[in-house]
Amino acid sequence: MHLITCPWCGPRDEAEFAYRGDATVARPAADAGIDAFYDYVYTRANPRGWHTEWWHHAAGCHQFVKVVRHTLTHAIAATGKPTDTLPVPAE
Amino acid sequence: MTRYSAFGLLTKAFGGHAGWGRAWRDPAPKASYDVVIIGGGGHGLASAYYLAKEHGITNVAVLEKGPIGLGNTGRNTTIVRSNYLLPENNHFYEWSLKLWEGLEQDINYNVMMSQRGVLNLFHSDAQKAAAARRGNAMRLIGVDAELLDREQVRAMVPLLDFDNARFPVMGGLLQPRGGTARHDAVAWGFARAADARGVDIIQHCEVTGIRREGDRVVGVETTRGFIGAGKVGMAVAGNTSRVAAMAGLRLPIESHVLQAFVTEGLKPLVDTVVTFGAGHFYISQSDKGGLVFGGDLDGYNSYAQRGTLQMVEHVFAAGVAMMPCLSRLRVLRQWGGVMDMTMDGSPLICRTPVEGLYLNGGWCYGGFKATPGSGWCFAHTIANDAPHRLNAAMTIERFRDGRLMDERGTGPWPWAQ
Amino acid sequence: MTRMHRRPAMRARTGGHIDRDTTLTFRFDGRELTGHPGDTLASALLAHGVRIVGRSFKYHRPRGIYTAGPEEPNALAGIGTGARRTPNTKMTAAELYQGMVAESQNRWPSLRFDALAVNSALARFLPAGFYYKTFMWPASFWEKVYEPAIRRAAGLGRAATEPDPDHYEAAHAHCDVLVVGAGAAGLAAARAAGESGARVILAEQDFLLGGGLLADPVHEGWRREMTAALEALGNVVRMPRTTVFGYYEQNMLGAIERVADHLPEPPPHTARQRYWTIRAREVVLATGADERLIAFPGNDRPGVMLAGAARAYANRFGVLAGRRAVLFTNNDAAYATVEALAAAGADRVTVVDTRPLGPAAAAARTRGVEVLPGHEVVGAHGGRGLYSVEARARGGDGGFQIDADLLCVSGGYNPAIHLASQSRTPLAWDSGIAAFVPGTAAGQRSAGAARGRFGIAAAARDGMEAGGAAAAAAGFARRPAFELPAGGADPDLTVAPFWEVTARGKSFVDLQHDVTTADIRLAHREGYEHIEHAKRYTTHGMATDQGKTGGLVGAAVLAEARGLPVEAVGMPTFRPYVTPITWGAVAGHHIRREFAPIRRTQLHDWHVRRGAEFLEAGLWLRPAFYPRPGEAPWDAILREGAAVRRSVGICDVSTLGKIDLQGADAAFFLDRLYMNTFSTLAVGRARYGLMLREDGMVFDDGTTTRLADDHFFITTTTANAGRVMEHMEFHAQTVWPELDVQFTSVTDQWAAMSVAGPNARRTLAKVVAGLDLDNAAFPFMGVADATLAGCPVRVFRISFSGELAFEVATPAGYAAIVWEAILEAGREFAIEPYGVEALGLLRIEKGHVAGAELNGQTTAADVGLERMAKKKGDFVGKALAGRPGLTDPARPRLVGVRAVAPDQQIRPGAHLLEAGSDRSLGWLASVTKSVEPGGWIGLALLSGGAARHGQRLQASFPLHGESVEVEICSPHFVDPENARVRA
Repeated sequence: MHLITCPWCGPRDEAEFAYRGDATVARPAADAGIDAFYDYVYTRANPRGWHTEWWHHAAGCHQFVKVVRHTLTHAIAATGKPTDTLPVPAE
Repeated sequence: MTRYSAFGLLTKAFGGHAGWGRAWRDPAPKASYDVVIIGGGGHGLASAYYLAKEHGITNVAVLEKGPIGLGNTGRNTTIVRSNYLLPENNHFYEWSLKLWEGLEQDINYNVMMSQRGVLNLFHSDAQKAAAARRGNAMRLIGVDAELLDREQVRAMVPLLDFDNARFPVMGGLLQPRGGTARHDAVAWGFARAADARGVDIIQHCEVTGIRREGDRVVGVETTRGFIGAGKVGMAVAGNTSRVAAMAGLRLPIESHVLQAFVTEGLKPLVDTVVTFGAGHFYISQSDKGGLVFGGDLDGYNSYAQRGTLQMVEHVFAAGVAMMPCLSRLRVLRQWGGVMDMTMDGSPLICRTPVEGLYLNGGWCYGGFKATPGSGWCFAHTIANDAPHRLNAAMTIERFRDGRLMDERGTGPWPWAQ
Repeated sequence: MTRMHRRPAMRARTGGHIDRDTTLTFRFDGRELTGHPGDTLASALLAHGVRIVGRSFKYHRPRGIYTAGPEEPNALAGIGTGARRTPNTKMTAAELYQGMVAESQNRWPSLRFDALAVNSALARFLPAGFYYKTFMWPASFWEKVYEPAIRRAAGLGRAATEPDPDHYEAAHAHCDVLVVGAGAAGLAAARAAGESGARVILAEQDFLLGGGLLADPVHEGWRREMTAALEALGNVVRMPRTTVFGYYEQNMLGAIERVADHLPEPPPHTARQRYWTIRAREVVLATGADERLIAFPGNDRPGVMLAGAARAYANRFGVLAGRRAVLFTNNDAAYATVEALAAAGADRVTVVDTRPLGPAAAAARTRGVEVLPGHEVVGAHGGRGLYSVEARARGGDGGFQIDADLLCVSGGYNPAIHLASQSRTPLAWDSGIAAFVPGTAAGQRSAGAARGRFGIAAAARDGMEAGGAAAAAAGFARRPAFELPAGGADPDLTVAPFWEVTARGKSFVDLQHDVTTADIRLAHREGYEHIEHAKRYTTHGMATDQGKTGGLVGAAVLAEARGLPVEAVGMPTFRPYVTPITWGAVAGHHIRREFAPIRRTQLHDWHVRRGAEFLEAGLWLRPAFYPRPGEAPWDAILREGAAVRRSVGICDVSTLGKIDLQGADAAFFLDRLYMNTFSTLAVGRARYGLMLREDGMVFDDGTTTRLADDHFFITTTTANAGRVMEHMEFHAQTVWPELDVQFTSVTDQWAAMSVAGPNARRTLAKVVAGLDLDNAAFPFMGVADATLAGCPVRVFRISFSGELAFEVATPAGYAAIVWEAILEAGREFAIEPYGVEALGLLRIEKGHVAGAELNGQTTAADVGLERMAKKKGDFVGKALAGRPGLTDPARPRLVGVRAVAPDQQIRPGAHLLEAGSDRSLGWLASVTKSVEPGGWIGLALLSGGAARHGQRLQASFPLHGESVEVEICSPHFVDPENARVRA
C-alpha cells in the first residue's frame, strides 16, 4: 500500500489515487506527425527501476501528482507538482 | 526419454522409484545454435518443442535466467479458454485450445487439462449484448459458446448470490470447453518433450546482451558466455521491454502486477470457472481443493511480483458479493505475476526490425491459455521468417498503423486493459 | 457449565493459565467433552487423552496434535454449525468456548475407520507427482473418471454453503512503533518504546500476552509485571488475538483481529473479525521462532509432537500429553520439556539425544532422567496411538524399543522470518543455529528469537534494545528503565544441524501434504532439484501450515541429495499470508447490496411512487419505464415513446455528467479537447461536441453551452462523467498547464429533465417565466435562464429524441417542484414520464449514437460523424485518427437495420451475414421495437456501411439458433431532415 505525498494534501494512502502512467512522455506539437504521436501514446521505456509517473489524486484534491517510484521495490524517492522537475536517484 | 504410463509407475514402484531419470537433461551450452529462445517459461519451451516437432529444427537452446517455469507460467490462475470477440484473437486462442485438448498425449505428460467450463456472468442488458456479440462471434467460427439465463446459471453455480446482490446476475456466457490445467506441469511437460527431441534447456543462464552484426542478430551474451545463434526468439513476457531494449527496441508495453490467491483446501465447492461481471473477480477450484482466484491489475507499473492491499480489498469484496459463502473461508496464499501489458490488451508474435530476432510477448493476463498456440505460431514464424495467418495480425506495427486488437475498447492505457 | 464433571485423565490438578473454576462443555465428532477458559480445543482434547484428531491429505494416515500454535499441520477441524461452520480451523489456536461443536476432517466414515486409508497401502504407487505420469489414457477419462475421484479424495474441510451470518469491519491505525509478537522480546520492545513516549501498538496472535513465557513458570512474575506495566502506559495499545499477516509498502502492515471467534457467536452489533491496516513509523518484528521436526520413519504417528508443544501443554494448559515420554532432540533447549513433563506428572521421560553427552544431558541424568546420548529415533509404532519408540545408536544397525505413548521431537528452531522476508529484508544463514535470520531494513528490525536470540533473558534484552532503538528512530529519545528477567543463564542454543534419520519407512517433512524424504529425493532424481521446483513437484510446504515445522528440513534433504549446503539450496519464497486470513474480514462491509454505492437522482422518490421499474446505469438507478397495472414492459415503453412522438413526454436526465468550465482560455481549451470547434460558439448557444481519445477513437459526446465569453457548461454521457473530468484535468494540469482554465464537476448540483414532443413548447410555455420560447426568439440550440414555478432554471433547446425538445436544468434541490409543475402543465396534453428504455427507443429511431456504438472501438467516421472534425488546429486524437487502420474504408460503419418481417424480433449482439455465409460483416449494437417506423429496428456497425443500404442480410444469433432477415437502411428512421427539432 503505497504512501504518496501529494504536494497539496500531504502524505496520503494509495487508495486515494488513480495511476495514470509514464510522466516522461510529452505530447508532441500538432504537426509532429503520426510517428511522434505513436511514440507519445504507445511506446514506453518501462524500466525495472526508478520510474517517473502520474498519480491522480482522484479521491482528494483532483490534482495530478508527479511521483518518482521504484518499480521493483515500490520505494518512493520524490513527489511533486506536474511542472516540477524531480531528481531520479541512481540505481 | 522414459515413457510415462500407469504401467511404468507400477513397475518402478517395486524399485522404490529409483528408475526414474531426469525429466530433462542439464546440458552445458554449446558455442552456437540454429535457434536460441530466450526465456524458459511455458511459451519459450513450447516454441522450442514445436520448432523441433513441426519444423525439424532441433539444434535449439532455451536459455532461462533461473529455473524454468517460475515466471508467469508458475504464477497464473491456470485458466484455459478461447472465448474472444475479435477474429484475430478468437482463431488464435481456439487453435491453442485445440492443442491443449491433445497435449497430454502429444507430450506424454499429464497437465491435468480439465474442461470444466468457463462462465462469464453478466448483470445488465448492455453486458448481455456484449456477451451475445462475443458468443455469436465464437459460434460463427466454430467455437463452443452458450448463453445461459439466470435460472440456467443458478442450476450450474447455485452458490452465487441470487437474492441480495447489488448487481443481480442476469445470465452468463459459457464456454463448456474452457477450464483449467496444472500450470507447472505445462512447463515441465514441454521441457521434457523438447529435450527428448534434442533441444538444450539451459537453466541459470541469463541473457545480458543481444549481439548484432549490422541489422542482423548473431547471438546472445549470457552469464555463461557468448552463444551464437542463427535466429533468436524472445519469449520473456513480464520482462519483454528489458530484453528488447538490449536490441534497441522500445515497445508498446508496460509491466504491471496482477495478484492471485488461493484458499485452504476444501472438498469440492465450485465446479467451474466463474467470472464476476459486476466487479473484478474470478474463481475456480483446483484438484487439490484450493479455491484459486484473482481480480484486476494493481494498476501501476511494477516488476515486483507482489501487490498491495488496495486491490486485495476489492477482490475479496467482489468474491463475497458474488458468492456469499466464501466469506468464512480462509485465504492461504497470495502472489503476484508481472504482466506484459500491451496498449491494446492483445499479444505480439512477430518479426522485429532486427533481422533474425523475433518477439513473443505482450500476453497481458492471457498468456497461460495461449501457451501451446503461442509456441506453435512462434515456431512457425521463426522457422519461416514469416508469421502464420493465425498470428499475422499480432505485430508491433499494428499500433503505428491503427490496426488495434482492443477486445473491450479500453484504449491505450495498459493499467485499464 | 454448572454440571459437575470429573477431571479428565490427563489434566493436572494445578498450574497453567486456565480457569479450573469454570468448566466448558464442547463436542468433538459428536462426543461431549469438557475444558476450561484458557484452553484451546487441542489442549482440551489432549486433556481427555484424545490421540487421533484428523487424517492426512494424501494417504489418509491417522494424525494427532503436533504443535501448540498456528504452525499446526495435523489438527484441523470444522468448527461451528450451519452457516457458521468454519473448516480447516487449527485446533491448536482455537480458543475453547462453551458449546463449541468441532468435527474432524478428511475421513469417511469416521476418524478411526477411514475408507481412503487404503491409499496408505498403495503409497508405493503414489510417489510425488505420480499424477503427471498417468491418467492420460483414454483422453476423455480425465474429466469423467479420474479427476472427479481425485477431487473427492483431495481437499480438506467442508465449507458451509449458506451466506455467512456474521459481519466484519475494517479499521486503520497509525503509530510510531508497531511491535509484532508479545513474547519476551515483544513485551520488552513495547515497554521500551512505550516508556520513551512513542505511540505503540503491540499485536499478538495469541489470546494471552507472553508467547514462550506462557510455558515458562519460572518467569511468570516478570510476565505479569510487564503486562501490568504495559497496561498502565496510556500510549501503548495491546492487541491480543491479532495476527499481522502481511508487510506492505512504506511500513504498512495488515492484521486480522479475531474479535469474537472465542465466543459461540458475536454479540449483537459486533464484528466477528476486524481487518486492520496499520501504518507505522518503525516496526519491531518479535515474532519468535518455530520449532522444527526431525524426519524419521513414523514421525507422523499420533503421539508424536514437537517438544515445545508438549511443554506448552504441560505448563500453560496443565495437560500431560503422555505418561511415558521420549524426547528426541539435537539441542539443549528441548530439555526444558523434560522438567515440564515431570512436573506435570509423567511417569517417565527418556531422552534420545543425537549429540555426545553434554552439560544439559548430564544435568538431566543427575535428576534421574534416562538419557541416551549419541542416539537417534528410527521408528515410532502405533497406528492409532503411539505405543513404542524404536531407537538406536546413531548410524548403527538394529535398534531397541522404548515403551512410550508420547514422543517429543526437537530439531532446533527457525526464527519466524515470514514478515521480515515479505518486507524485503535480506536474510542470512546463521550456522550457529542452522537457520536463516533476518537483517534490518529501513524502518524495521527484528528482535529476540525472531533473529536467533533464543532464551528468555537474551530475547528480553534484545527486545528492549530494539524497542528503544525503534522509538529513537521515530524521534523518541527518552531511555527506558525496567528490570529484565532475572534467573539463570539461558541455555546454550547453538545446534549442530540434524535433519533426518536415514532408515526404512516413511519419514515426513510435510505432515499435512504427506511429503516424505523419499519424495524430495525423487524430485531431485527427476531434475526438479531447484527448491522451487521440488516444492511444486512434491507440494512440500504448500499446505495450510506453510511448512513452518518441516520446510527447512525438506530443504536440507534436498541439499544433501544435491551435495550442497542447506543455505545454498535456500528456502522456498515466503508468500503472504503469515497465517491464512478470513476472506470475509478483508471484504468487510462492501458485500451484498453494499458492494457498491447506489446513486439516485433528486427525483428518485417520485419515480418510485410512480411505480417505475429501475435499471442499473453504472452506479445510478434510473427509471427504465413506468408500467401501468398489468401492462407488459414493451407496451409501457412503446406507450411512453409514442407520447413523445405524438404529444409530449418528460424524462429525468439528471445523471448526465455536467462540468462548469471558466477561464480566459476556456474556449481554446475546448477546441483542443473536442474534435469540433467551440471558440466560434456564440454566448447563449449550445453545440453538440465529440471528444476523441488521443489514439483517435471516440471517447465521449455531449452538448456544451457558452454562458459567457469565458464560461462554458459541458455535459457528458452518464457513463463517462468521471473519465471525462479526469481527461480534462490531465490535459489542463500536465499537457497545457499554461492555459487559464478552471473547472469543476457540477453533476450533482443540477437536476435536468428533458421535455420532448410536438407539445413540448406549449407545455413549457405555461410554466416558464422570463423566457420567450417562440421558435424565432429561442431557436434550436438556444440556451437561456428563466424561472419555472418560482425556481431558477436554465433551459436548453436541445433534442436527443428527434422531436421538438427542451432540457430544463435546475439546482438539484428544486428538482421535484419543477418536475411536478411541468407535469401539471402538460396534463392537458396527456404528458407521460418516460424512462431510459423509451429514451433509447427514441434515439435509435433518430439514429443518435450512444454507449453501445461509442464503445471505444469506433472512430468518428465509423459512426458517421467525421464531418464534425475541424480543419484547422490541434485537438486530442487528431494525429492518430489519421492512421491507415482507422481510415480503412472496409471498417464497419453505422447503418440502420429493420426486420423484414416487422414483428420478427432482432437482438443486440447479433452478427450480420450474407445469406448462406458464416462470415461476420458487422454486428447489431442497439435494437428496439419502434414507434416509427414500427416493428423491430436497430443500429449496426457494418462493413460497407451506406453502400449496403437496401441490401438484405441475416441478423444471425447462433447462441439462440436464430437468424432473422433484415434490410439495411439509413440509421435515421425518423425525420432525417431534422425539421422537427427546429419546429
